[in-house]
Amino acid sequence: MFGYYVDLALRSMKRNAVLTALMVTTLAVGIGACITTLTVYSVLSGDPLPDRSARLFYPRIDPVPEAAQSLKKDKPASIMTYTDAMNLVRARKAQLQAAMALATVTVSPQGASSFPFKESAIITTPDFFAMFDAPFQYGGGWSAADGANQAHEVVIAKALNDKLYGGKDSVGQTVQIDKHDFRIAGVLKHWAPEPRFYALDLGPHTYGDGDGIFMPLQTALSKSIGISPINVFCFQDNADMSHLQTAPCAAFGVWVQLERASDATAYRRFLSDYVQEQIAAGRMHYPAVSLRNLTQRLSHEGVVPQDVRLQVWLAFGFLLICVVNTVGLLLAKCLRRAREIGVRRALGASRRHIFAQFMVEAGLIGIAGGLLGLGFAELGVLNVRHQPTEYASLAHMHPCMFALTFLVALAASLFAGLLPAWRACTVAPAPQIKST
Amino acid sequence: MDIQPIFRSLRKHRIPATLIVLEIALACAVLCNAVFMMSQRFEHLTLGNAIDERGISIITVDGVDTSPNISAIPRDLAALRRIDGVKAAAVVDSFPLSENSWESGLSTTPAQHNDVNTSFYPVGQGAEKALGLRLLQGRFFTSAEYAAGTVKNYTPNSPVTVITQRYAQLRWPQQDALGKALYSGIQRLTVIGVVANVLAPSLAVNGANGEYNSIFMPVNYASSLPYYVLRSAPGDRVRVLQEAIKTLRKLRPQEIVSGDVFSDFRGRYFASTHSTLSTLGFVCLVMLAVTAVGIVGLSSFWVAQRRHTIGIRRALGATRHDILRYFQVENFLLTTIGIAFGMLLAYGVGLLLMQYYELPRLPWTYLPVGAVVLWVIGQLAVLGPALRAAAVPPVVATRSM
Repeated sequence: MFGYYVDLALRSMKRNAVLTALMVTTLAVGIGACITTLTVYSVLSGDPLPDRSARLFYPRIDPVPEAAQSLKKDKPASIMTYTDAMNLVRARKAQLQAAMALATVTVSPQGASSFPFKESAIITTPDFFAMFDAPFQYGGGWSAADGANQAHEVVIAKALNDKLYGGKDSVGQTVQIDKHDFRIAGVLKHWAPEPRFYALDLGPHTYGDGDGIFMPLQTALSKSIGISPINVFCFQDNADMSHLQTAPCAAFGVWVQLERASDATAYRRFLSDYVQEQIAAGRMHYPAVSLRNLTQRLSHEGVVPQDVRLQVWLAFGFLLICVVNTVGLLLAKCLRRAREIGVRRALGASRRHIFAQFMVEAGLIGIAGGLLGLGFAELGVLNVRHQPTEYASLAHMHPCMFALTFLVALAASLFAGLLPAWRACTVAPAPQIKST
Repeated sequence: MDIQPIFRSLRKHRIPATLIVLEIALACAVLCNAVFMMSQRFEHLTLGNAIDERGISIITVDGVDTSPNISAIPRDLAALRRIDGVKAAAVVDSFPLSENSWESGLSTTPAQHNDVNTSFYPVGQGAEKALGLRLLQGRFFTSAEYAAGTVKNYTPNSPVTVITQRYAQLRWPQQDALGKALYSGIQRLTVIGVVANVLAPSLAVNGANGEYNSIFMPVNYASSLPYYVLRSAPGDRVRVLQEAIKTLRKLRPQEIVSGDVFSDFRGRYFASTHSTLSTLGFVCLVMLAVTAVGIVGLSSFWVAQRRHTIGIRRALGATRHDILRYFQVENFLLTTIGIAFGMLLAYGVGLLLMQYYELPRLPWTYLPVGAVVLWVIGQLAVLGPALRAAAVPPVVATRSM
């Protein structure tokens, strides 16, 4: 019977070519819009470190000492002072911990004809690489002793290594950053987590090509080098931003790795105790602390840009409009064949058969709409790639989006076909056969 | 025109009538909100900026030296002023739409009670000519004030400032701003001049209606002033820019020198606004087309379904014009009901957007816009089927049952 219905549906589609084409296009446009926005959304909201995102935590405390000014009055701030960040890192209460900030530095290549250029840099402590599983191609990171001694060592990214040394093993070479010489301790393989979760609160460009330079925190902040982070918030007037180690300014984020849930509870308690100590010493005022892991941060903190989320809803609204219009067109198409329905009913088809016949027809239109919608979605994603946003180059259709397209298309068309199919099966056969 | 028979007939054909009402309502809801979002973005694009936008080129010199070379800047400016076509040149710390900004809360009393987020524009001597600022009241800075002003650790220590007119009206409504004081921490700034509205470096950073919260401060060349502003005739801009970049690269071989005409900065700043605007516009057009197609298709069928009724009416004496009028009025009624629901839906969607996406509330003036557009579309969509219906000959009534 199913094959017979498909045959009937195809014949009817051929007979009402224009109407069918309109229906398929209407559905396809709505599906294309939905799949385009869903593709962009899924690319941006993906988990950058799925194997360890539940074990990486971001502690937050409120660094301001007075009741007057606070970064956010109802929840702890997202960055902390150098003193607090280093206290947490030195306490070593988690398996791994690192403090970090984001900065922009100038790299001066050695060649006479090369111009200096800007590069994005992460200033951090040695656990950074192990905690985030940053892959090394050559060499490795620096040691804690190197950090404490303000050694002039850096780790550079693959892109920078390709640009300066043609991709060769450059460990041990010297690179001039901000007019100071640094020894290259290691070169990373291509590593650009999307979103760049470790710098969510430290600066812009959540989506991009990753950072080029990784430098020890103490070295960067030392008097001779004097690198200044991008996001600095000072909560007292006349703060001396060139001496962040002691200034009343927040600029640093801390990430910790905690293996088990009990470790997380213990760390939260340690954090509360630490804050209570600082309040007693008069350095802080607000006791609130927060300890969220990466999974929670990604889902609760609106990493995906607002525009993208809004577009997903707009696309679904658009799909609804397309479905409603398809219902009208399907109704027109089905009821035009009232005589044919009457004949079938008179020959013994039950209402259920008629209903099934028209649902199959709607399903076929859905599949055709899905195919065309896939084409529209590809065009849509292509259009997103050409937009002036930072995530433009990430927009690509996933294989699982193909399956989703047909799922959405079938669901939409079957839903649209419900009313016309029901209306068709309630057609009374007698008047249809009587008329000429 | 008798409306009663139309209503009675609608009750018999509930499904097509409901579908048309639903199609119109949804289209109205989406249209009103989309047009509102588009007009907001369009407003942003048309914000005025009282500097010589078409004549300005900006060159960025990214030095690594955190201790500025005091003699370098006058030497650079002298060389730049020698370029043919340069009307004025100066150095500044930031410029409108640069996204590189420094804001702080300023209050009108020493006790810091009414802080308003304000963008600071530290500028070097001659900036008012280079930028093309339009003085409305008071005066610009004197050479002495330029020489004395510095910025240390993001704290200004020059005692005078020139503010924009919008900012003056915001802080001291209905009063003369000249001579009034602004307080940043312990530093007191006296207003000595008011200029025509200049945009802040970033439009969103000072909150709603804060696009013009800008104040200018005089600083000497010992401060960080990485941007060279050159003013020339619009036709000379590109050539002047290329020559200036070449000159500066020779004078400053260790630094990164790059530049653009101001129009390009504006273009880059609003690039995503432009693309959102065109995306929304495209979506609206496609949606209206889909709605029109849906209404045409459904109406064609629905009118054809009532062929026999039309034949009877014609046989009883109705003219073609009467039939046409009947269907147009029927469509008008359905569209009106659809628009009524659509406006409620549009307002509801607007409230949701306001709550979850912090968009401003949909003003009620946008609802009639959607209504008019959909009325027009509805009438046009039913015109074809209605004309075909009017062409049904009376003899149809006498044939088949």
